[in-house]
Amino acid sequence: MTIWKSVFAAALMALASGTAHAARTDLVLGIPLEPPHLDPTAGAAAAIDEVLYANVFEGLTRIGSRGEVLPALAESWMISDDGKTYTFKLRTGAKFHDGTDFDANDVKFSLDRARADDSTNAQKGLFAAIDTADVVDPATLRVTLKNPQGSFLYNLGWGDAVIVAPESAETNKEKPVGTGPFRFDRWAKGSSITLVKADSYWGEPVALDRAEFRIIPDAAAAVPALLSGDVQALPNYQLGDALPQVESDPRFKVVIGSTEGETILAINNKKPPFDQLKVRQAIAHVIDRKAIIDGASGGYGVPIGSHFSPANEAYIDLTGTYAYDPAKARELLTEAGFPNGFKTTLKLPPVGYARDGGQIIASELRGIGIDAEIIPVEWADWLKQVFTEKDYDLSIVSHTEPNDIDIYARKDYYFNYDNPAFDKVLEELHLTSDGAKRKELYGTAQKILADDAVNGFLFELPKIGIWDAKVEGLWENSPIQANDLTKVRWAD
Amino acid sequence: MTAYLLRRIVSGLVTLVVASIVVFSVLEVIPGDPARLMLGMNATDDAVQALRVQMGLDQGFLIRYFHWTGGLLTLDFGKSYTYSVPVGELIAERVTVSLPLALIALALSTAIAIPVGVFAAARRGKPADTISMAVAQVGVAIPNFWFALLLVYLFAVWLQLVPAGGFPGWQAGIGPALKALILPAIALALPQAAILARVSRSALIEVLGEDFIRMARAKGLSRNAALWRHALRNAMLPVLTILGLQFAFLLAGTVIIENVFYLPGVGRLVVQAINQRDLIVVESVVMLLVASVILINLLVDMAYAVVDPRLRTRA
Repeated sequence: MTIWKSVFAAALMALASGTAHAARTDLVLGIPLEPPHLDPTAGAAAAIDEVLYANVFEGLTRIGSRGEVLPALAESWMISDDGKTYTFKLRTGAKFHDGTDFDANDVKFSLDRARADDSTNAQKGLFAAIDTADVVDPATLRVTLKNPQGSFLYNLGWGDAVIVAPESAETNKEKPVGTGPFRFDRWAKGSSITLVKADSYWGEPVALDRAEFRIIPDAAAAVPALLSGDVQALPNYQLGDALPQVESDPRFKVVIGSTEGETILAINNKKPPFDQLKVRQAIAHVIDRKAIIDGASGGYGVPIGSHFSPANEAYIDLTGTYAYDPAKARELLTEAGFPNGFKTTLKLPPVGYARDGGQIIASELRGIGIDAEIIPVEWADWLKQVFTEKDYDLSIVSHTEPNDIDIYARKDYYFNYDNPAFDKVLEELHLTSDGAKRKELYGTAQKILADDAVNGFLFELPKIGIWDAKVEGLWENSPIQANDLTKVRWAD
Repeated sequence: MTAYLLRRIVSGLVTLVVASIVVFSVLEVIPGDPARLMLGMNATDDAVQALRVQMGLDQGFLIRYFHWTGGLLTLDFGKSYTYSVPVGELIAERVTVSLPLALIALALSTAIAIPVGVFAAARRGKPADTISMAVAQVGVAIPNFWFALLLVYLFAVWLQLVPAGGFPGWQAGIGPALKALILPAIALALPQAAILARVSRSALIEVLGEDFIRMARAKGLSRNAALWRHALRNAMLPVLTILGLQFAFLLAGTVIIENVFYLPGVGRLVVQAINQRDLIVVESVVMLLVASVILINLLVDMAYAVVDPRLRTRA
C-alpha cells in the first residue's frame, strides 16, 4: 500500500513539474537606431545608453524609473556641511565582467578620465565642478568640489558618468565591460546586440537570461516583427499610423509615457526681428499646441509652457502665459512694427515631429502674415548650421537631455538668449542642495523663460512603448534615455 | 580579344581614379562635423576638438586624400569614425549579406524572366502574351517596399513560415540564414524579373523576324527548336546588358529592401554612414561599388564576346 502511495505521489510530482513550465527568460527588443559604439562615456547617441545603461554599466548613483536618484555602486554617501565634500562608501564584492575587482581606484580613474583635457566625454560639463577625487581606502572615495553643486548626485547617475575599469576603458567601444547585472555577449553590426545574465553580479540577480536588442530602423517593419513574435517589445517608437493596428490587439500592451524631451520652436533671439519681445510673444500666441500634438505626435504628448518636463516635481504649468490667440498675436506684431508680417525661414531636422509640426506652425504663422519658408535639413547639417553656426531664424527640435533648463544660461548657445536675471537664478540653483528651495528656484526659472517667450514651447515628447502583455517591468516613462531591464520578467 | 579586354581594363582604371577624386571632394564639401555629430548638442567645444584630433580630422584635405588612396592601394580602407573599427572589416561583414542576397535575387529574376519572355514572344499577340506582359507591367509599377511589406504580412505574420526580418548571421547555419534572405530576395527579384521579361520578349521578337530564323524554319526545324537553339542565343546581348545593370543595382540599390527587412547589408551601411558623417566609410563603400560596377561591366563585355563570336575576332 505504502509503495503504491509513493509511486502515485512520484507520478503526481512528475506531472506537476511537467505542467508548471518555467517562465520565459529571454527577451528581444526592437530599437530604431543602432549605437555607433558601446561606450557610454564617449558619445551622445541615445542608443548607447538605451542598450547599456543600468544593464551592463553602472555609475555611483543611478536614475530610477521616476527620475529619482538611487544608490548604485555607491552604497551610501556623506555630504560635508559646506556642500563641497562628498564621501562615497562603495559596494564591496562588485566585479567587472572580465573578472577584475571593482574598487575606489576604478571610480577615481573614471572620474578623472571624464574630465581630463583630452576627454571625449559628450557631457564633460557634468564633471566641471569636481576639484579632486581621492581614494581613501578601496571602499571609500572622497570627491571635493570647487563649489557646492545641487545636482551633483543626479549628474553622477547619467550614462556618461558610469564607472569603467582602466583595463578595459579603451576597448569598451567594441567590447563593453561593466559591473552591471548583464554582460555583453555579441554585437552583430547592423543587426543586433545581445546581453546575457552576469552570474557574478553583486546585487539582486535579474530574471532574464538573455536580452537581445534588434535594430529595426523602420517603424513600418517593427510592427510586423512584433506581430510575428520575432521581437516581444518595442520600448520607444514613433509609430504614427501603425499604432491603432496594435492597440486593439489583446496580445500587446500599449504604454504611453513621458520623456525628458522638450519639443520647442527654437528662435534665434538675437536676430531681428526676433530680438523684439513683442515678435516672440506674437509667435507664442499663434501656436496652437493641441493642433501640433495631434498633427505631429499622433495626439500623444503633454503641452508645455516653458522648458521643463511635466514629469518633474518642480514643474509648473505655464501653458497659459501666452494662450492661443491669433488676434492678440496680430496686434502685438503691429505694435512691433510689422502690421503686414515678414518673411523668415524655418529649418527642420529629419524627424517626424519636426517635419510635421513645421508644416502646422508655418501655416499658423502665415495666419498673422509671417511667411516662414520651410527648409528641411539633415541632422549633420542641422548641428552645423543651426546649432553651431547659429545660422537660422526658426527651427523645431526636441531637447532630450533630462533637467536641461541650464542651457538657457549658457553663453553662446544657439538660442542666443541672454538674460542676467535668469543667469542669477541658475547660479543660485547651482549652489543650492535644499530640495524645497531648489523647487522654488526651478519655478522662477521656468517663469522667466515663459515670460520672455524665448522659444515657442510646444510639447513634451511622449514615449510610446508596445510590448507583449506578459512582459513586466519595462519602464513606462523615460526620465533618462535607457531601457533598464533589471526588473523585467515574463509573467507565468 | 586581348586588345579589346586591355582597352576595357585601362578605361576601368581611369574611371576608378577619377571616381576617387570626385567622391572624396564631394564628401568634403557636404556640411557636418562627424565629431560634433557623435558628441551631440551638450558637448563642450574642447571635447569635440579632442575627438577631431583623435579622428585625424585636423589634418589637411590633400594629406587625408593621399592617406586614403594610399591605403586603398594596399586594401587598407582606414578606420571608421563612428564604429572605430577597420572599414574593411565593416564592409566585409556587410558584403556577406548583400552579395548572397543580390545573387539569389538575380538568379530568381533570371529564372522567372527568361522563360516568361520566351513564352510571351512565342505567342506574340495572343492572349497568353498580353496577359503575361500585363502582369509584368504591374510588376514594374509596384513599389518594392510595399510589395515587401505585403510579403512580410503574408509569410511572416500570417503563415509564420519565415522571420519578418533580420539576419541571424551565417554562423547560425545555412538554413536559418537562407530563410532570412528568401523574402527580401523575392521582393527584389520580382520587379527586376518584370523588366527582364519585357526586354527578353522584345529582343526575341526582333530576332525571330530575322532571315536566319526563317532559313532555319525552312530547313525543317520546329518552331520551338528554332526559338531555343538559334533565336535565344542571339537575343541574349540586350538581356545581358540589362542583367549587368541590374546586378550593379542589386548590390547598391537594396537600401529600401534592407530597411524593410532590417538586414545588415551594404546599402544600409552607406545610408547610416552618410547620416553620421562617417565619411571614410561612405568613401570606401562608394569606391568599392564603383569598382564592382566596373568589374561587372567588364564581365558583361567578356560575356558578349562569348555570345557573339564576331567580337572575339574583330578586335
